[in-house]
Amino acid sequence: MLIAVILALALGTYAFRLAGVVLRDRLVLPDEVSRLLPMAAATLLAALAATAALTEAGAFAGVARPVGVLVGAVLAWRRAPFVVVVVAAAGTAALLRLLGVP
Amino acid sequence: MLRDAAAIALACGVVGASFGAVALAAGLPIPAIVAMSTLVFAGGSQFMAVGLIAAGSPLAAVFAGLLLNARHLPFGLALGDTLGQRWRDRLLGSHLMTDESTAFALAQPDPAGRRRVFWLTGIPIFLAWNIGTVLGVLLATRVGDPTRLGVDAAFPAGLLALLLPSLRSAETRRVALVGAAVALVATPLLPAGLPVLLALAGLGVLLLPRPRREPAC
Repeated sequence: MLIAVILALALGTYAFRLAGVVLRDRLVLPDEVSRLLPMAAATLLAALAATAALTEAGAFAGVARPVGVLVGAVLAWRRAPFVVVVVAAAGTAALLRLLGVP
Repeated sequence: MLRDAAAIALACGVVGASFGAVALAAGLPIPAIVAMSTLVFAGGSQFMAVGLIAAGSPLAAVFAGLLLNARHLPFGLALGDTLGQRWRDRLLGSHLMTDESTAFALAQPDPAGRRRVFWLTGIPIFLAWNIGTVLGVLLATRVGDPTRLGVDAAFPAGLLALLLPSLRSAETRRVALVGAAVALVATPLLPAGLPVLLALAGLGVLLLPRPRREPAC
């Protein structure tokens, strides 16, 4: 099952990439579509980030994780490097758990 | 230019390492993690797929991942003459197409520069992404329980960091925020995977009348 998921994703992604290169003379995407695709991508990622930050198996994910993510989000907004964002988020959550926060 | 290429490759290596660690924490077998980075080679969709596979909805993983990667189609249209007419270059170059290599190439004024920069960024990014993934997996196998280290908080924070550049557009921000809210409300009600897909309803915001004053950024 897992291998099928990976192959489907890999082949589909490659098809999108190659199709644009090959079809460039014959295909003109409507402006609306070119505008919507990046927005749809951003929306999916935002939804994944929000649900992964706040929920666990359909219920609230506790305190340590959301606070850690918040610290990372603020750093990211202030244009901190990616490593700093990720390490600060993980470090905050780990520290809170060490202190007994769920 | 070489310095820029090296910097972006290094950054991709770090994101790749966090992908390796997150995927291992999510319970994916190591060969699957490595295969994903080599064969799919599209960061956002890999994180998305791991999240949804771990939640137990593989179909949503494929669907959301492909929707995410549909943006490569317009990239390819824009890069067409950069990759030239030779099939070897087209087949290979297509796989190296990422947000970063596309943006760097298209920033060049002339076709020869675009071609050179595309390969000069695409190849190092591919290598760094895959080496990063392996290093991330290795690091994660050494530390034991990932929750104790806060890996579960690193994942959404990393996603947000990847996402922020596109959220600086006010329109995208509105759509994404509404979509994320829809997904959150739907999470206790629907099976895993569906809430994230339902977030696309956020695109409906575009149908509303525009606010009279658009913010500056």
